[in-house]
Amino acid sequence: MLEIMEGSHAVAEIVKRCRPQVIAAYPITPQTHIVEALAQMVADCELDADYITVESEFSALSACLGASAAGSRVYSATTSQGLALMFEVCFNVAGLRQPIVMTIANRSLGAPLSIWNDQQDSISLRDSGWLQVYAEDNQEAVDLHMIAYRVCEDHDVLLPAFVCFDGYVLTHTYEPVSIPTQEEVDAYLPAFNPYQRLDASNPLSFGMYATPDYYMEFRYEIDQAQHRAKEVFAKAGREFAEQFERDYSAPVEGYRLEDADTAILAMGSICGTVKDAIDEMRDAGKKVGLLKIRMFRPFPADEIADALKGVSTVAVLDRNISLGSGGAVGTEVKAALSGSGTAVYDYIVALGGRDIRKKDIAEIVDLAEEGRGDMFYGLRTEVL
Amino acid sequence: MTGLPEGCDLFTPGHRACGGCGPALAARLLLKATGENVIVVNSTGCMEVFSTPYPETTWGVPWIHSLFENAAAVASGIEASLKKQGRSEKVVCICGDGATFDIGMLCISGAFERGHDITYVCYDNEAYMNTGIQRSGATPYAASTTTSPAGAFSPGNVRPKKDMPAILAAHGAPYVATASIAYPADFEKKVRRAINTPGPCYVQVHTPCCTGWGFESGETINMAKLAIETGLWVNYEMVNGVVEKAKKVKRKPVEEYLSRQKRFQHLFKPSHRDDLIAEIQKIADANAERFGTDIKPKEPIE
Repeated sequence: MLEIMEGSHAVAEIVKRCRPQVIAAYPITPQTHIVEALAQMVADCELDADYITVESEFSALSACLGASAAGSRVYSATTSQGLALMFEVCFNVAGLRQPIVMTIANRSLGAPLSIWNDQQDSISLRDSGWLQVYAEDNQEAVDLHMIAYRVCEDHDVLLPAFVCFDGYVLTHTYEPVSIPTQEEVDAYLPAFNPYQRLDASNPLSFGMYATPDYYMEFRYEIDQAQHRAKEVFAKAGREFAEQFERDYSAPVEGYRLEDADTAILAMGSICGTVKDAIDEMRDAGKKVGLLKIRMFRPFPADEIADALKGVSTVAVLDRNISLGSGGAVGTEVKAALSGSGTAVYDYIVALGGRDIRKKDIAEIVDLAEEGRGDMFYGLRTEVL
Repeated sequence: MTGLPEGCDLFTPGHRACGGCGPALAARLLLKATGENVIVVNSTGCMEVFSTPYPETTWGVPWIHSLFENAAAVASGIEASLKKQGRSEKVVCICGDGATFDIGMLCISGAFERGHDITYVCYDNEAYMNTGIQRSGATPYAASTTTSPAGAFSPGNVRPKKDMPAILAAHGAPYVATASIAYPADFEKKVRRAINTPGPCYVQVHTPCCTGWGFESGETINMAKLAIETGLWVNYEMVNGVVEKAKKVKRKPVEEYLSRQKRFQHLFKPSHRDDLIAEIQKIADANAERFGTDIKPKEPIE
């Protein structure tokens, strides 16, 4: 049944049905509506969880780590500066192989201070070992949480995940969504079965230090688990599709790409605008399509190369910037397509909540087809 | 359940601590006090490093090390998880003074304010020893460390020790205690009281470091004892913020403690720094006054 609901509340509803035993979160705009809703659910005994009102994001993720290691399914949510404060803990959680699911209400990073949306925050954690998936709309955000718990807790993966959805554009937007019932979620997501846990009846040491003789193998194993996660995600996505008739099993998804000469690559809510722009360009006779990237970690390089066979020009929309280099997605797409003969151009767009419209997408397609790219798009002219 | 041989300590032999390591002794006594039904959270530092070089571990109880500064937050999560699961293990942090007085302060303050049922033990060796003897908020006045070196214009560390027990008592901690490895039974008793007191409890145990302080490794216990006998360390208990018991001593002059440690050698050579020694004596006198620890000589009978 479809209900009109704010994105944050929809996420809180599905998190509740995923039955986390411990929630630790610290308020930060635009994540707050999620954690406020969960706090109310705990207060009303709708959700049987211990809600730890930590004094910082750093402690939020540290507390989640402890609770997860002790054997509980846990949840947190953050964004932007909060995620930056968690930086050290993020690497630690992945290294300790704790399957924590955390929502990222994507927001830009200061300075200058900005509470508005881009994807700099989660993308800056791309090397941390966390899986990263990005939702286009609130239904996808809801559904990806269930899939993320399944994938993370799979004993072939045992890694944490960011479920990313755009701040304000999705978190504060009311859309019709279908929230699976508790029975449906229980049927899809079994109770947490930790691979190992802190337990006096079986004393284990977690988080030992490794000398140069051992360190590299730990990093190798995390990398291997990242790659295995792609297949586990596909399987979890297929089973989700069987049960709910919504299919997220592919790490990338094409839109009107079949005979396209030019493809736009994008991630997150911007894909909705791009689809509308493509429809208009198609009506005008342009052979343009979209490749939406759902999964950024592990990076689906092969799937991207496959999907873009036959495309001559690619325009990547990056809502982040690796300062001094280029957009993070564009850089990786260029690597994925190297030697293919496809021209890849990167466009830094819509940082810090800057609007991007259909006409901008059309203009970017024109720029790419003229061979002009690897640039910021839509800057105020006085800085140029 | 631990698979350890009968009679073996839960903190097992074979670790890599220096001979005469005060913190290693504290860890052994800590586990004697807690027994098996405990989960230990250890901060980054000497203890973590000397006890768990992968793939070997010294710990016969479940143990986790995450980061330098987050032990109290990790413990908060473990405690919450155990509560939801209906499990009975006690949650104990063991962290050095740098992890406690300095970098971990935020996480500790949060955990104590929230009232988690955890015991936080700080092994206080009065500097960052693992990184090479740098000063921390626990370093005493006039101690020379690698980042507070004594020099022509410096007496060594220019600030007195931060009063962590008072800070945590001010958070409403039901039980706060100081202890010393020179008095093992007292330390164990305080740990047992802490883990059996609901809510966040704090025990700060003085653990001399022969390497960092500069004394012979056979002198560790003597050094801990002298700290108490001079009044520079006071063993006391605070219950709901009120000092209940403080160990009384017949005090010796602070010189007897200072002169035996390399970190205070600049007070004696090349010149005898009566001024600085007098300042340190004042700290000991103030401790004795504050905690009422002096054993007064009996009044002569008229």
